[in-house]
Amino acid sequence: MSNQKKKRYTPKQNVLRGLFKENPTFVLVLGMCPTLGVTTSLENALGMGLSVLFVLLLTNSLISMIRNIVPAEIRIPVYIVVIALVVTLLEWILQAYFITIYDALGIYLPLIVVNCIILGRAEAFASDNTIIDSMFDGMGMGLGFTLGLSTLAFTRELLGTGQVGLFGFKLFEANVAAGFLVQPAGAFLTLGVLIGIINTVRLDKAAKKKAIMDEKIRIALEKKAAKKAALEAQKLQEAMINE
Amino acid sequence: MSDLLTLAFTSFLVQNIILNQFLGICSFLGVSNKRSSALGMGLAVFFVITLSGIVTWTIYYEILYPDLTFMRTIVFILVVAAMVQILEMAIKKFSPTLYNSLGVYLPLITTNCAVLGVALLNIQKGFTFSEMVVFSAFTSFGYTAVIFTFSYIREQMVKAPIPEGFKGIPSGLVAASIMSLIFKGFVGLI
Repeated sequence: MSNQKKKRYTPKQNVLRGLFKENPTFVLVLGMCPTLGVTTSLENALGMGLSVLFVLLLTNSLISMIRNIVPAEIRIPVYIVVIALVVTLLEWILQAYFITIYDALGIYLPLIVVNCIILGRAEAFASDNTIIDSMFDGMGMGLGFTLGLSTLAFTRELLGTGQVGLFGFKLFEANVAAGFLVQPAGAFLTLGVLIGIINTVRLDKAAKKKAIMDEKIRIALEKKAAKKAALEAQKLQEAMINE
Repeated sequence: MSDLLTLAFTSFLVQNIILNQFLGICSFLGVSNKRSSALGMGLAVFFVITLSGIVTWTIYYEILYPDLTFMRTIVFILVVAAMVQILEMAIKKFSPTLYNSLGVYLPLITTNCAVLGVALLNIQKGFTFSEMVVFSAFTSFGYTAVIFTFSYIREQMVKAPIPEGFKGIPSGLVAASIMSLIFKGFVGLI
């Protein structure tokens, strides 16, 4: 594996990549159903994010473990069964120990099975990487998803109800809050605006980076040209002296 | 009868699966760029949801209930995957023209959360057989209607002067938000 020409990441890079550079919510725009459905409060969003983190950790390591046994033709059904097993396990755990989260997540909990992030990571990463790498990738993606959900839920809950239930702080009274943000329409609006802002910032950054690079190249070229001119002038002078 | 009618209206308009329940958003944003692909996906989803709804409901109450109900997630996803495969083969054999227009979208449907979502909702809401058929059919019809309407909007939005960072998905989400508000108005119908 290691002598193949493939980009390899350190564990830290794997985790950070999922958190920011390839954030599943804001950059890859995957797994939108739970993203919009459960982000009415920060508490639910954290419950969902951590559930997905748990599932991703387990499925990524399990699929990485069996990656050399499963025939390529039937890998997708096998992956789906593995994911469904892990999600069923999660349902039992939540039902037994965290019944409030189980009730709050409702239909979105079994729907983790068809969350594109999980099958996507299984197919794109775990199916040809080592167990350790896949675990860290799962951790990064899961944390990135949690971060995305929490940001969205924090914005919606704070502006929509005037307070954040989890921290118990209150910014303003509920009757002046933009109540529609906690309704379905607000979910679309908040997510759209957040992704738009992040895109704009990224484009700006890329443009600035490009401008700096262009400037550097320009200066280097000018220096080169000046050097060349000086050299030629010197040669000319030498030739004149020789004559 | 009037109960069924109310259920049909509710699942079609008021509690629309995309704009209110947030199921099937990935495909909603993914294939709504063009009218033809939106219609193809919508029709494929309509068939798969209605059929898989009937099959999963029957399996749940005939085989799984009451001892094996914890197996529903695994069984349902397998049923949906198998259904999609069978439907693909059947359409390919009996109607090549239909296959040409729907074929590309069928494999994508297995991981469409709307399909598994409706199958699970049928059980969660404790529907009888007729209620289940009405709910599945009208929910998926709602999906088709919304994704088709939305593709018109997306086609027009391409011409609008939208800031670079908001092009594509962000502006699509904002448009979906407005559509969701409009659909909220249908509450008054019932």
